[in-house]
Amino acid sequence: MATATRTTIVEAADVTKTFTTPDGRALPVLDDISLHLAEGEIVALLGKSGSGKSTLLRCLAGLISPSSGTVTYRGTPLRAANPGVAMVFQSFALLPWLTVQQNVELSLQARGVDEDERRERALRAIDLIGLDGFEGAYPKELSGGMRQRVGFARALVVEPDALFMDEPFSALDVLTAENLRNELVGLWEGHEAPVKSILIVTHNIEEAVLLADRILVLSSNPGRIRSELTVDLPRPRDRRTPQFEALVDTVYGILTGREEQPAAEPAAPQAATPITTPLPPATVGGLAGLLEILLAMGGEEGLAEIADELNFEVDDLLPLVDAAVLLDLARTTDGRFAITPAGREFAAADILTSKQLFARQAARRAPLVRAVVQALAATEDHTLREDLFLDLLRAGFDTEDARRQLETAIDWGRYGELYDYDADDAEFTLDPGAEAAL
Amino acid sequence: MVRVAGDGFPSRGVWRRPELRWVDLLVAAALISLLYGLLRLAPSLNAPFLPDQAPATVSTDPSNLPYYAVRSLVRMFVALVASVLFTFVYAIAAARLRRAEKVLLPVLDILQSVPILGFLSVTVTAFINLFPGSTLGLECASIFAIFTSMAWNMTFAFYYSLVSQPGELDEAARVMRLTKWQRFWRLDVPGGMIPLVWNGMMSFGGAWFFLAASESISVLNHHYALPGIGSYAATAIGRGNLGQVGIAIGVMVVMVIGVNVLFWRPMTAWSERFRVEEAEAADRPRSLVLDLLRRSSLPELVARPLRPVGLALDRGTRVFGLAEHPLARPASQERAGDVFFAGAVTAVVLFGAWKAFDYVSTTVGLREFGHAFALGAATFGRVLVLLAAATVVWVPIGVWIGMNPKVTRFAQPVVQVLASFPANFLFPFATAAFVALGISLNIGSVLLMALGAQWYILFNVIAGASAIPTDLREAMTGFQVRGRLRWRAFILPAVFPYYVTGGITAAGGAWNASIVAEVVQYGSHHLTATGLGAYIADATGTGAFPKILVGVSVMSVYVVALNRLLWRRLYRLAETRYSL
Repeated sequence: MATATRTTIVEAADVTKTFTTPDGRALPVLDDISLHLAEGEIVALLGKSGSGKSTLLRCLAGLISPSSGTVTYRGTPLRAANPGVAMVFQSFALLPWLTVQQNVELSLQARGVDEDERRERALRAIDLIGLDGFEGAYPKELSGGMRQRVGFARALVVEPDALFMDEPFSALDVLTAENLRNELVGLWEGHEAPVKSILIVTHNIEEAVLLADRILVLSSNPGRIRSELTVDLPRPRDRRTPQFEALVDTVYGILTGREEQPAAEPAAPQAATPITTPLPPATVGGLAGLLEILLAMGGEEGLAEIADELNFEVDDLLPLVDAAVLLDLARTTDGRFAITPAGREFAAADILTSKQLFARQAARRAPLVRAVVQALAATEDHTLREDLFLDLLRAGFDTEDARRQLETAIDWGRYGELYDYDADDAEFTLDPGAEAAL
Repeated sequence: MVRVAGDGFPSRGVWRRPELRWVDLLVAAALISLLYGLLRLAPSLNAPFLPDQAPATVSTDPSNLPYYAVRSLVRMFVALVASVLFTFVYAIAAARLRRAEKVLLPVLDILQSVPILGFLSVTVTAFINLFPGSTLGLECASIFAIFTSMAWNMTFAFYYSLVSQPGELDEAARVMRLTKWQRFWRLDVPGGMIPLVWNGMMSFGGAWFFLAASESISVLNHHYALPGIGSYAATAIGRGNLGQVGIAIGVMVVMVIGVNVLFWRPMTAWSERFRVEEAEAADRPRSLVLDLLRRSSLPELVARPLRPVGLALDRGTRVFGLAEHPLARPASQERAGDVFFAGAVTAVVLFGAWKAFDYVSTTVGLREFGHAFALGAATFGRVLVLLAAATVVWVPIGVWIGMNPKVTRFAQPVVQVLASFPANFLFPFATAAFVALGISLNIGSVLLMALGAQWYILFNVIAGASAIPTDLREAMTGFQVRGRLRWRAFILPAVFPYYVTGGITAAGGAWNASIVAEVVQYGSHHLTATGLGAYIADATGTGAFPKILVGVSVMSVYVVALNRLLWRRLYRLAETRYSL
């Protein structure tokens, strides 16, 4: 779709965002992002967790200020919350003590609309979004899907220039989400929704392909725009058409692209450090399950098909995929996922053997696990306090992420019986014989 | 009459009006009597007053008791309203102004630990001077003392609700461009309502003690008494008339229970509508009185005239602007502001500290601090003994009560009343026993302090034990975990977080109570214990301001140190390890 000639509503120019960790280190989250949202288009911001997509949305909404670069609304730089934007939240963000109608009216009341007009407009929005009959209900009486409808009505009632949506469907079950997405497309196509443009943040590839005219794929740590795709399929879009599937596969390929996983090649471990190659937040159980399914599917399968089969979304699946690749239990090529010999052995082995196998792979390929084992092996009593590792990790992560990294390492190390972690003393102890796995 | 199951829309209005007339009558009668009481009261509030001729006692004619009770209640509720207003202003300033937070929070923390009773002499003098020739000064001083026992807790609770507001709600409010007032009234207040009400109820319960202590007080060698239930009891105690003390206790019990049933129960039940969690709590607070009020036409009668007020407020407060802050300020300007602010605060604090130091050193001398610390050690010892004894006695009993739902249902309200009941009413009985048995107050004061403080431990342990999930209990029973192992591995860890909360409150209460428990008067008997509480009480009575300053600061140091070194650590441990 030709959007270049249309009026730009929101524009970001060279936006970077750096958070400062409590101990004063700078942590880049967004790096040099430029984008625009024009009238008449739906744009999707797609990325894994850690790509800063929600941070970017909040910069565009004027809720946080970028560290450098500018965000403009119809040419005017933002000083506060973007006046042309209404937002739909993942957690709905409704006031539980107000009824549906009061919730919808609130944003009009904030604009000083008088009572009669307020009621009329609110009821119209409630009607439009299919909530009539529920005006007097409280949010806690409603199901998740109905609640998000209130969220939509509240945003639409102010007739915003741009509707921002932050993972609006990810707190809903699959069927409800699909239903609500279709209705949104219907309103948009029928020009019934009183909005000029929509920006949606999502980690769900199919959702992005289903809704958007343009998809901006973000890379992680820090977030950059990795590529931009235009979706020309007519709406409503059918998931089963070859064009749709091809597009989904392309995006999968971009998201799981090689440039992000230096550890995929056997030569990598020496160069990788706990900071350049963070551990994906995957549990050993999940990893084993995924490999077993892959084995059952013949050892190689498209990622899109696996996700489909499991009713998974990218955010759920990708950490497992990343972990499998990091540990060289599987490989990805162009959106296809193939088990390695080590993975085959791991998935088929009995519990003791699989533990040993996992220990070997983790100690060799997961940089943080390797670092912990090496450090423990180097000390005399084979114990170290967790603070050491947390301090080291904080060079590249904020406190929360550093803790998460360490928790994953604890989980993996415990499973592989490489080391134990005592939560009381916050201490690591090397398990006997663990050095052998290095 | 045909009753429709549930609340079907059409039928509801039909049977509602005629059936509920008596409810309306009842509610109206209650309102009229309340109004009458207030009208009767109004002139006497401003009665002429000369410090030298002010009554030191009140009449102990029991027929005055209803009037006294109402006067006391009015004091309590005025203090409550003041606390709520203070809470709103202070908590919002602390939560929203980055620089103010750095000062306001520590100040609140200290205020919470300062023995309020030690300040009475200062505030009484100040308020008398503020309203010369009127009892309003004394009235204000009493209300202020009650206020100081309620406000800090409520402010903390509301502050935490503000800072723990879900981020997305905050963002929603900003994107919707709510005005400052709308943000406060539609988001902040409802969001903090539940903690505010519950903490208000707890603080109110604790405040009865201060009501009793502040209505009748010796300051600057003069004894003042305000008409009220506390003064009545104090006068009766002074005369050694145990019968009249008994009557006062009876009235007090009625007041505590009455306020709970008529005010706090309905409030807690009503505040449930502000609960954010979706899950329906199994035992939601319910209140008959609230149900009654809801079925009457009172809500509508009140709401109708208030609607234009709300509208006017909404419009009028528009000038204060949006609940929004500028996105980015120049960093250098920001830093300069920080430096200036920190400098100004430090200068003021240092100047004040130097002045106080100078004041003490030129009057009673700095040695006084050493003396006070030594006395503090004695009181500290009493607090420890009290805590240990209360733990040994009440933890097993609390666990037993809490693990038997039938007993809990009956015992919990009783313990709640016991915790609210001002222990100073019971002192004469204990004192009479001490005198008769020849027990020194050095030992006896532990018991006096415990009369009020111990219930917090019991109360919380009951709550903890009854919160243990049934499946966990069944699992323990199933695995035959019995006897000492059951206590060590299961029960004690499970109630530990609750015990810590109770312990903190009990210790704080005990320190405060030491001021009235280490010096007691009963009839002609005057008993004194060695301790910091007696030191402060003595200084207050004689108006020795430097000594009050020394005593109160030393006690604050003890309380703060104990909180920091012991309770906070236990609390953190409880939160990270033992929370179920």
